This record gives sequence, structure tokens and C-alpha cells, in this order.
Amino acid sequence: MKLIDSPESKVVDPGLDETIKKLTPEKIKRVVDHVLTKENAGRLQMYIDTCVHCGLCAEACHTYLSRDKDPNFSPVAKVKNTLWELVKQKGDVSPEFIRQAARIAFTECGACRRCSMYCPFGIDIAYLIMIVRRICSLLGVVPQYLQDTTNSHAATSNQMWVHQDEWIDTLQWQEEEAGFEIPGVRIPLEKEGADVMYSVIAPEPKILAQLLGNMAMIMKVAGIDWTMPATDGWDNSNMAMYSGDFEIMGRVERLHWETAARLKVKKIVMGECGHAFRGAVYDGPKWLGWKFPPIPMVHAIEFYYDLIKSGRIKIKEKYKEPVTIQDPCNTVRGRGLGDKLRYVVNELCEDFTDVSPNQEHNYCCMAGGGTINCGPPWKKSRMISNRVKAEQLAATGAKIVITPCHNCHSGIEDIIGYYNLGMHVKFINEILVETMERPE
Amino acid sequence: MINTKNWDWGIQNKVLADIAEIKSRYQDVHEFVVSPDGEKIAAPVVLEDDTFTACVNNDQWPDTFEKLWYLRFSPGNKLTALVMSDDEWTLAVDGRVYEENYEYAWDVRFSENGESISMLYKRDNLYGVALNGKPWANGFVAIRDYCLSPDGKRTAATVQVKTLDEADVFGFFAGAWSVAVDGKVWPEKFINAWKPAFSKDGSLVAAEIRTDICEYSVAVNGKSWEKKYGSVWDPVFRPGNGSVIAAVKEGSNWFLAENGSRIWGRNYNQIWLPKLSPDGKRIAAVASPEFGKWTIAVDDRPWAKLFDDMVLAPVFSPDGKRVAAIVKENNHWSIAVDGKTWPESYDMIWDPVFSPCGKNVVAKAEKNGRYAVVLNGKNIGTNYDALWPPIFSPDGDKILLRYIADGKYYREVRPLN
Amino acid sequence: MYEFVRGPLVWLAFIVFILGSIYRLLQIRSQLKKDKVVFSYMNFKYGMRSILHWITPFGAVNMRKRPAFTIMSFLFHFCLIITPIFLLGHNLVWYESWGIHWWTLPERITNIMTIIVVAAGFIFALRRIADPTVRLVTAFSDFLLLLIVLAPFITGLFAYYQAFDYKTMITLHILSGCLWLMIIPFTRIVHMIFFGISRAYMGSEFGYVRHAKDW
Ligand code: SF4
Ligand code: SF4
Repeated sequence: MKLIDSPESKVVDPGLDETIKKLTPEKIKRVVDHVLTKENAGRLQMYIDTCVHCGLCAEACHTYLSRDKDPNFSPVAKVKNTLWELVKQKGDVSPEFIRQAARIAFTECGACRRCSMYCPFGIDIAYLIMIVRRICSLLGVVPQYLQDTTNSHAATSNQMWVHQDEWIDTLQWQEEEAGFEIPGVRIPLEKEGADVMYSVIAPEPKILAQLLGNMAMIMKVAGIDWTMPATDGWDNSNMAMYSGDFEIMGRVERLHWETAARLKVKKIVMGECGHAFRGAVYDGPKWLGWKFPPIPMVHAIEFYYDLIKSGRIKIKEKYKEPVTIQDPCNTVRGRGLGDKLRYVVNELCEDFTDVSPNQEHNYCCMAGGGTINCGPPWKKSRMISNRVKAEQLAATGAKIVITPCHNCHSGIEDIIGYYNLGMHVKFINEILVETMERPE
Repeated sequence: MINTKNWDWGIQNKVLADIAEIKSRYQDVHEFVVSPDGEKIAAPVVLEDDTFTACVNNDQWPDTFEKLWYLRFSPGNKLTALVMSDDEWTLAVDGRVYEENYEYAWDVRFSENGESISMLYKRDNLYGVALNGKPWANGFVAIRDYCLSPDGKRTAATVQVKTLDEADVFGFFAGAWSVAVDGKVWPEKFINAWKPAFSKDGSLVAAEIRTDICEYSVAVNGKSWEKKYGSVWDPVFRPGNGSVIAAVKEGSNWFLAENGSRIWGRNYNQIWLPKLSPDGKRIAAVASPEFGKWTIAVDDRPWAKLFDDMVLAPVFSPDGKRVAAIVKENNHWSIAVDGKTWPESYDMIWDPVFSPCGKNVVAKAEKNGRYAVVLNGKNIGTNYDALWPPIFSPDGDKILLRYIADGKYYREVRPLN
Repeated sequence: MYEFVRGPLVWLAFIVFILGSIYRLLQIRSQLKKDKVVFSYMNFKYGMRSILHWITPFGAVNMRKRPAFTIMSFLFHFCLIITPIFLLGHNLVWYESWGIHWWTLPERITNIMTIIVVAAGFIFALRRIADPTVRLVTAFSDFLLLLIVLAPFITGLFAYYQAFDYKTMITLHILSGCLWLMIIPFTRIVHMIFFGISRAYMGSEFGYVRHAKDW
């Protein structure tokens, strides 16, 4: 099998370059065989046997479209260049091939599942790509920054090495801050028997703490009986799901659900994040053995929708700047929340222009799926894969891109910078606290 | 176990505090807690000058603090809270603060016998455990899971034993975590260590360990089981001898192992939280015999009744003959005892409590925002504004109820007949 | 030769096709069972919803994006399946051998349908060569399969118009038709059998589990 020679193949990443040096043919074969025959069964076989090599999935993929239809970036080509070969050779491949497979699977596919909506057979390319990631993960060949994030999950149960004291301290600090805006605001910690446990992803306490304060204000105004854990289990994010370390993924999700059960809440409301929703509601429970999440989980989009629709929160004055939406794959294609998202944005903002394509058909921002977590070495490649996203956003003429997802948020900010779009990204949370009616 | 013999078990129903009156006294009153014996009700309160203290029944602690939270009663009825003064944190016990202050202190725990109080702390950027106000001699760069020995004399925690540079994945996989017991770290290093647990006498500590990307086992006093697994959960000691039981994964199957040997023959889709009967003879665990179905397995036999949503940790009766657990189906909670579910389901339910003889099971439950005491599936007290888990008298023929109704806090001892 | 292909070989072809298909279905079923989530998430309503969208011309966004290809693909598949079943010639053979017959299409129509299959097949082949995206994922076997699929139609046409030696042509026609039937379960043409399953699963996962559309 000839390896692909491209600028991407020359990117330096110790997570790939150093780790393949330790691979032996036996080890590769053993791991590939294990994953293909012990961990996967029906779907893998069905998808490999059914794919007619028609290429109809190509135009679904933003990486393919952004790269002037580079054949190697069509979804089926990504599978051909990785999994087909592994299956065909029964794992008799070189370490360099594993490096290439890792590069493709981790940095050139966002596991966004848009292509499944374009394949006549509904072949789940993202699932096949995840099998490749799983193989790479077991071989230890994972982009360094993504692996580090997974290591953080393993050691700390959160995504960003946040110490337990930092977590609690940040909540107490944000409670104080929010109290200056609306007196009496609290972040009730460890309140057993509250209706709602609110969970977030680690970047909130680490770098975007005001989002926590904002939520405290929203909860206060809406009169929600809520709590947050002061123990591990507060972080709903899960990059281990994307690095292919499913044992760590399961561990993180189990703790999250057990924390909700320990706090005796009736549901979890989660902050504005897409991949976290996927991990907490689908991939995590599935690996652990739950068909559906054991306790209802409400994504922020739905939560805001209910608050506004029911009148628990009233909008005082709508936001004036022209806005558009980035539909997060994992909550729109992954949960059908596109209409509710539009309802919320229309209630909050005066001047909303939709993107095209939108809703389930929106282009992936290429940040979720673990790609942004592959870190600086891969940013350029990610940006090139994002051209259609930039064009799509620019066409709306909006000044603000609203996206209820941390990955989209960072991804779109990168795109705005790289393509000089002159826009800003905001969470709904930020606009909601600005526009909602506050008690006297 | 705490001794409830000296509590007032005379049949009575007394009002100990006027909740509405307490609330009117302060700028803000946070969540109420009550002592196990029911004699005290307390809450963190905010004073006019925005300082905090704790109010207890109709009293309040003399000192005030910049912050006060995590107000909890110990099993021995001592009232504790994490408090901050001059940007330093410590613990206040019945209103008196510990001498030692910390940059931060949190996660207060009590030993089973109610004698000891521990917490985690951070000082000079190092982390450790403080037991009864005394910090460990050594601090660590990071700390995570921790526990107290049943007699309250020892503490153990998972700690990071070397500093890692940012994104040092190689250093991480070389092993940076271990377990420290009373501040002394095991010489063995692991990729990860989680959930330390003490043996009954406190002489042994077991923990989940990770020894390769996908290789897990259990270490006891630092020594790993020879056998390695695809994953591991929740090691616990068998009372009576020093052996350790844990849920382990091999291939895609889960089962229980003891000291590295398989003891349950059945393959489960998932299994966790193994619990032992007090005599150490029987084991119950939360198990999923097939995808999407959950139940309790006792001595490797799953209950016939399976639940879709969730099953929580099994609870043995004191004689070890019966097992109860919280179960959830169709988003409703209930309790199942020996595989039989209570007839009614609830919006929320608390842990089942066995009477000393094992005949009766009682639990706190919630429906439509009101609380009820449920005994063997039947409501025996309903419509409380707030309620704390009921407690059986030592002879098992009375029950202590602690609740708020009509704005007043009641301590009621009621006979069971 | 003719006697052999017309008799035992046809028998064999149908047996291989039917038993092979059953075997593949049973085999994939047992594999899917090992893949714990599949049957747990499979849902009739959402599975059907997806299948119906995808067997309706222009029922999915991707079909609307490439109308020419969609029309060609639907015509190809429709004619590929319908023509041999309702062809007058085939019906006569059934009648001769078994005394059964059913409604048939006028020969003029089936001729056109056959030509459509062959023409579309050639365009597919051309697409595999001309479009770099498809070329990259095309293997030699893709051309071979296409050839086997088209062969009975080409030889059928030749035989009908008596272009070459009729007897040879009709022998080749039956031979290639049998080959085609026999390889269905064992090659990528199995997509004909698996379509319903993979579509139903994806439809269920999108609809039942994720509350979203998959077209
Ligand atoms: S990035 Fe999305 S559309 Fe592209 S191959 Fe991956 S899952 Fe498919
Ligand atoms: S995945 Fe689907 S659309 Fe893509 S080449 Fe295969 S069959 Fe065609």
C-alpha cells in the first residue's frame, strides 16, 4: 500500500512520530485483529460488504468540499485509506501505515456523521473511522494533545486537569460575581434532592468562568431548584470517546451519572456543549450498558427553550446585532434540536439570518470530533478543511455567530481569525443574561 | 456503625425549631441539615453584613466567617462546616475552628464509627489529607479519590507522585500516580490509581490501577494482582479475611474476581459495586445481564426482574439474608427487596434502610414535591415539606422520623406495630 | 451445452441465489446480534421512514443535488429488476417449463428498458474512470461486477435482434444471467439484500435514538 504524500503527512506530532517507533508487526496485527473481530461485529461487516464504492458520500464532507474535491478527503476514501486496508491485510501493515491511519482518522474526519445522510445505504462512516481511532488508541498512536486530554480525563475525571479545589473555588467566586449583578444569586453546591444537576465541561471553570456565573443568574431568574457537585463527576465532557479510549470514556460517564444519582436530582441540565451531549447521552451509556441515559438529560438549548416558551424567563429587549447560527452536529444532527435553537435565537435576537445549508445538513465546524483537541500542529490542516464553513458563515452577513457548543465556539473563532471574517462567536448564555428581564 | 442506644427513644413528637422564624431572622438561610439523633436542625445563614455563620435550633455559632458551607452533622451528632476567614480555609466543629488553616480545604468525611473527621487540603501548592485537624506530613502535586479506615485512624488517597510538564504524554504513561496512606506513598507507580478502600482493620488498602493503555487490575498495599484485565471497578475487602473482590472485564464480559481469580462464572454485560454481607459470606452487585437491562445479582444469580433505567448499590440486611436496592424504570424510582419491587413508584427515593432484624425496610420518598416515609412499600407518613431518612431504634420496634411540616421541625419517635 | 444451461444451470443458479441470500441474511443477523446495540435500537417506524425516503426518487437531499445521476440510478435499478421479471421471453420459458405465467411488458418497452440498463451501466463505468473521487475508491472488481451485471442484458439484446449466432447468444445470455444471480449474495451486489437492513438501522439511530432526520 502506497502512503499518501501530502503537506499533512509531514506534520510533526510526537504522539504519532514517537509512538510508532515502538510498534512491532506482531503488536499491530494483534490489536487490529482484536478490534476487528472481538470488539466489532455486524455493522462493520455490513458496511464493508455493502459499500458500492459509488462516492455519493463525497459531497457531504466539508473537508472534501473545502479542499477542492481532493479525492483523498471523500468519506469513503478515508475509509479506504485506513480500514479497508487493515481488513484486507488482516493487520499486516507497517507502522507508517498506522501513522497515516491515525492522521486521517483523528485530524481529517470530525466524526460528524453528515456523510451518513448522503450515503444511500446510510453507511456510518464516522463509526468506521472510530474503529480506526480505537485501533490507534490501543497502539498508543494518538495525537499528543488529544492523548493528553484523555489522560486528564483518566487522572482527574475532567478535561483540563482541574483540581478539585479549583473547581469549587471557581464556583464560589462566580457565585460572588453573579451576586453583584443580581442579589441573592447562588450556586448551591451538593444540594441533595434538588430538581436539576447542572453539569458543564472543564473549559468553563478553567477559562470561561463567567459562563457559570451567567447560568447562576439564569437559574435564579427562572426560579430553578438546582445544584452542582463539589466532587469529581461535574465534568460532562469526554475526549476519551474521541481518542478511542473507551474504558476511560466509560469511567468518566459512569461517574457523571452516579454523581447525579447521588445528588438525587430528577434530571441533568448540561451547558452549551455538543460533544459532551454525545458522550453523556449516547456513546457513554452505550458502552456502559444503558440503552438510554439512566436519568433524563436536557441540553442547554432545550432548557432555554423551555424557560422562554413557558415564560419563566422573559426577554426585556432583544439583542440588536445581526446574528447567525452554527448548528452543532452533536445536538442538531445528533438530537434534532435545530428548531428549538432557532426559536431561542429568534426570541433573543432582532436580526437573525440563517445559514445555508442548515439544521441537520449544516457543515461541521471540524472542531468537535476531537479534531480541535489534536492541538496546534494540526490547526493549519483543520483551517484548510474549513473553507466551506467560512464561506457559509460569511454569506450570512452576520456579525455574531451564536453556537451552543464549546467545540464549535473555539473552532469557529479559529475560522473567523484564519479567514478574516470579522465576526464574533457567542454562547446563547451570554446573550440571554444580557437580554432577560431581571427582578427588581 | 454508630451507637444509637443512648438516643432518646421515648415515644413522642416534639417541635424543635420554627423554620419560618429562623428564615425571618437572617438575610439568607441555606439548606437545612439535621443531626442523626434528630435533636438538632442547622443551616448556614447569611447575616446582615454578608458574613456567614451556622444557626443550630434556635441558636447560632458565636463566630462569623467570610464563607461557610458544607454544613454536615457527623454520625456522632457533631456539627461541622468548611469556613473561610482571611482567605484561609479550615473546618469548624460545633462552632470551634481547627487550629490549622489551609489555602483550601474540602471534601469532609466521617469515619464509620463517627469518631474521626477528615478532609482534603491544599497548602503551598501541595495536596494532602487532614485527619482530625492534622495534615499529612507530606503533600503531593495532585490528589483525587480518598477514604478513611473504618476505625477512623488512617487515611488513604490517590496522589500524583511526580510533576508532569504540559502535555507530557510519555511521562504520564511511564506512571505518575499511586496511593498514599497516611501521607506515605506506595513505592509502586501506576498510570492511574482510583478508589482506594481500607480493610476492616485498616491494615490493608486496595485500589483500582491501570498498568497499560488498556490494562487494569487491583493493587493491595502497592502489589498488583498478577492477573490483568480489560477494565476494573470498585475493589472491596471481604470482612473477616484480607481478600479483595472487584468487578473485572475480560473480552467483552464482566464478572467478579477475588484476589485475581474469577469467582462468578456468569458473564455479564456490565457489573459494578459489589457489596458484601456483614458476615462476609454473600456478595451482591449491580449487574446488567444483557444490554440495556439492569438488576441486582446475589452470589452470581441475577434477580429475575430486570430494570431498564437504573439500579443503585445493593444494601444487605444486618443478618445478610436480604438485599434491597433502589431501582428505576420509566423514569420512576422505587425499591426492590429480594427481587420484588414495591408497588408504588416515586419521583425520587432514598437508600433503603433495614431494621436490625432484617424484617422491615424503610425509605424516604418524594412525590409531587412532597415527602413520605415508606415502610415495606406502604406510606406510613406523608406530605412533609422536608424529611430526612428514617432510622430504626436498636431493638427495631420504633422508628425515628425527622421532618419539617407546617413550617416547623419535628423529631418524632413512632412505634411500629 | 444449451440444454445444460437451460436446465440444471438455471436450477443451480436459483438455488445458489436463494440459499446464498438466506445464508447471508442469517449470517449478518448473528453478527448484528453480537453488535449488542443494533437490535436494541432497531425501530420499525423510523426504519421504514428512512427506507421510504430513500426508495423515493428525490426523497433525499443528496438526490436533489444531482438530478441527472438520481434519474439514471433509479432507472437503472428499476429496469434492472423489473425487466427480467416481466419480459415476455422469460415468461414463455416459465410457461413452457412450469406451466405458470404472469403479466408481461410489451417487447418494445422491455427493449428500451434493457437499453437503459446497458447505457446507464456504461455511464457508471465511465464515471468510475472520469471522476477522480470515484476512481480513487474503484477497484478492478467494480468493473468486473458491472460487466457481470450488464452481460445478460447485452447478450439478451443481441439474441433478441439475432445479431450474432442466436443459439450461442442465448446460451451466453443464460450463462451470464445465472452467474449474475449466483454472485449476488457473495459480492458487493449483496447491497441489494442489505440495503433494507443498513437503511433501517441508520433510520432508527437517527430517528428513534437521536430525534433527527437522515435524508
Ligand atoms: S468529517 Fe463528517 S462528513 Fe467528513 S468523513 Fe468525517 S463524518 Fe463524514
Ligand atoms: S459509503 Fe455509501 S455513498 Fe460512500 S461510497 Fe460507500 S456506498 Fe457510496
